[in-house]
Amino acid sequence: MTEPHFERDIDRSHMQVSDEIAIQINQMNKWYGQFHVLRDIDLTVNRGERIVIAGPSGSGKSTLIRCINRLEEHQSGQIIVDGTELTSDLKNIDKVRSEVGMVFQHFNLFPHLTILENCTLAPIWVRKVPKKEAEETAMHFLEKVKIPEQAHKYPGMLSGGQQQRVAIARSLCMRPRIMLFDEPTSALDPEMIKEVLDTMIELAEEGMTMLCVTHEMGFAQAVANRVIFMDQGQIVEQNNPHDFFHNPQSERTKLFLSQILGH
Amino acid sequence: MSDTNAQSTAFVREAMLPAKPAPVTQVGAVRWLRENLFAGPVNSALTLIGMFLVYTLVTHFYPWFRHSVWNANSMAECRAAVTASFGDGATGACWAMIRERWHQFIFGFYPPELYWRPIAVFVLLFVALAPILFTQLPRVMLGFSVIYPLVAIWLLWGGSIWPVTMVAVGFGLGWLAMRRLSAYSSILAIVAAVLVPVLFWLFAVGPLDDLLTSVLPIGIEPVASDRFGGFLLAITIGVGGIVMSLPLGIILALGRQSDMFLIKTFSVVFIEFIRGVPLITLLFVASLLLNYFLPPGTNFDIILRVMILVTMFAAAYIAEVIRGGLAALPRGQYEAADALGLDYWKAQRLIILPQALKISIPGIVSTFIGMFKDTTLVTFVGLFDPLKGIPDFIRADFNWKGIYWEPFIFVGAIFFILNFSMSRYSMYLERKLKRDHR
Ligand SMILES: Nc1ncnc2c1ncn2[C@@H]1O[C@H](COP(=O)(O)OP(=O)(O)OP(=O)(O)O)[C@@H](O)[C@H]1O
Ligand SMILES: [Mg+2]
Repeated sequence: MTEPHFERDIDRSHMQVSDEIAIQINQMNKWYGQFHVLRDIDLTVNRGERIVIAGPSGSGKSTLIRCINRLEEHQSGQIIVDGTELTSDLKNIDKVRSEVGMVFQHFNLFPHLTILENCTLAPIWVRKVPKKEAEETAMHFLEKVKIPEQAHKYPGMLSGGQQQRVAIARSLCMRPRIMLFDEPTSALDPEMIKEVLDTMIELAEEGMTMLCVTHEMGFAQAVANRVIFMDQGQIVEQNNPHDFFHNPQSERTKLFLSQILGH
Repeated sequence: MSDTNAQSTAFVREAMLPAKPAPVTQVGAVRWLRENLFAGPVNSALTLIGMFLVYTLVTHFYPWFRHSVWNANSMAECRAAVTASFGDGATGACWAMIRERWHQFIFGFYPPELYWRPIAVFVLLFVALAPILFTQLPRVMLGFSVIYPLVAIWLLWGGSIWPVTMVAVGFGLGWLAMRRLSAYSSILAIVAAVLVPVLFWLFAVGPLDDLLTSVLPIGIEPVASDRFGGFLLAITIGVGGIVMSLPLGIILALGRQSDMFLIKTFSVVFIEFIRGVPLITLLFVASLLLNYFLPPGTNFDIILRVMILVTMFAAAYIAEVIRGGLAALPRGQYEAADALGLDYWKAQRLIILPQALKISIPGIVSTFIGMFKDTTLVTFVGLFDPLKGIPDFIRADFNWKGIYWEPFIFVGAIFFILNFSMSRYSMYLERKLKRDHR
């Protein structure tokens, strides 16, 4: 199997996993009507971890990470994010959502607002940051994702890769402690995938706690400290990337890897 | 297998071809005629039939217009003038009636010496609308738009200035209460925003009004609702209905989407009931039934009652139009707003409604236009609408007995101008929003 190579070396000096727990999921179950999507999920994520979630289509990867910021409601078990348990209490949900950033497959930028307005909206209305300060923060993050010159355009005028980088900047403007990515590159052309992955690598280098659902196995090997493999709503296998890719244990994982890596 | 065929023969162009003018059948009027009027046998036949119809209509009506009489004091004089100029049996339009009675079409029976008041209200309407319709204008102008409805009510109906001031104070108090409480809880803030003004109006207005009127009796001559008529009435009801039905429609549309069972059920029942009942029925409710439910002795103005029911009627339709807009938004917009931590009201106000309303503009404007035309139905509850009420009143005058088409044409033309402007504005708005966002 070929090793992935990104053009630059990855700076691992800040990629430290601390003992502090960022996300704790205990015996969590979720149903869509009669359909049991997530089954007895147990997962602990420490601060600074970079976790890649892989698995066949329909295995419940999206549902799992969407439960973490309560875009989906779980029916049993516990989800504790940054010490706050997700229940139907709206205060807790708002607290968790303002600490957890999320990046979607289809970007979900607000088409009626400029790039800058997209980035300042939540800080101004949720965090009550003064407009000027919010704009400065937004420009800072837009520079970081390398598109400050697009600040006054509308999302519809940008390429897919640019839009996804804006979406990442928009999340970062809320200064989240955890970032969730749901197939952030799946809707992109190959040449744009790299620019988005580069942005994500930079985030990882700064020590962000990240959970990524992705099929980019190169990214997983380069950046992740743990790969989780899901099938039929269950966590089937988890391991460090090296062992996960070179020495998969379960038959399902082997089958999946052979399909996705093409040999 | 042969390897020398036409395609594989090498070819190099030595001189580039200059552009040549297109053949005459491809340009200008000839092309337009061919493409639009004579594209084929069926198309050509339809064109000829259409031209024949237009010709028949014009030749039929043209003499009537050409024989128009502008100066006369009665129908009989009109007829005499036509016969005198164009011979026996000739017919002609009698615009003299409009010339004599135009003010009744416009103002109804409003006291002529007070015409300046509705005129001022109409002019100020544009001042109030300008900053809403054209976002380029300075935002401070919106302040006037906010108080305009009360100014308009006071100018139109007259009377003491204190009751409208009290209404404004009530709204102001509600707004203050909402500002104060919105930091703690959205729901509390909304409840307070409704409760505070209602309590103020119920308990504080009476004594305060008496006190202020005795200390400072400022007022203008009152005009009763039965003096209203014609376009003054239609526009008052229409504009009032438009202004109130849009917010109500938005609330109903959101209610229908709500997860809360009671709110959802109420919205669905309200919308379906109102849409299932003819407007006339609602107008009869306004004129007859509503009085049974109100405490005896309350004099609830008939125009206000009609306006409320017209508002409810239009709001039900607008709610459905907006629901279409809401449904057209991708789920991702809601999810992104949620994921950023925006609460329901903020997400609706900042993300969802601006986009849903933009999609709904054509439907909303259609509803407004329909509603404005429907205001003529108030004739059935004894109000003098411009299309039937006023002309019937004029025909009751012996001088103008028998006049038929002229008022319809005159009133129809004014309706057309007003509605066509609304329609053009909505197209401008759609284009502008499209240009802004792409
Ligand atoms: N709103 C819903 N209602 C009912 N079933 C749903 C809903 N959303 C997802 N599902 C089902 O739940 C299962 C898990 O869906 P999920 O989107 O989490 O899968 P996934 O692993 O992210 O797949 P993919 O790689 O295709 O994105 C699928 O079988 C899907 O059909
Ligand atoms: Mg998915």
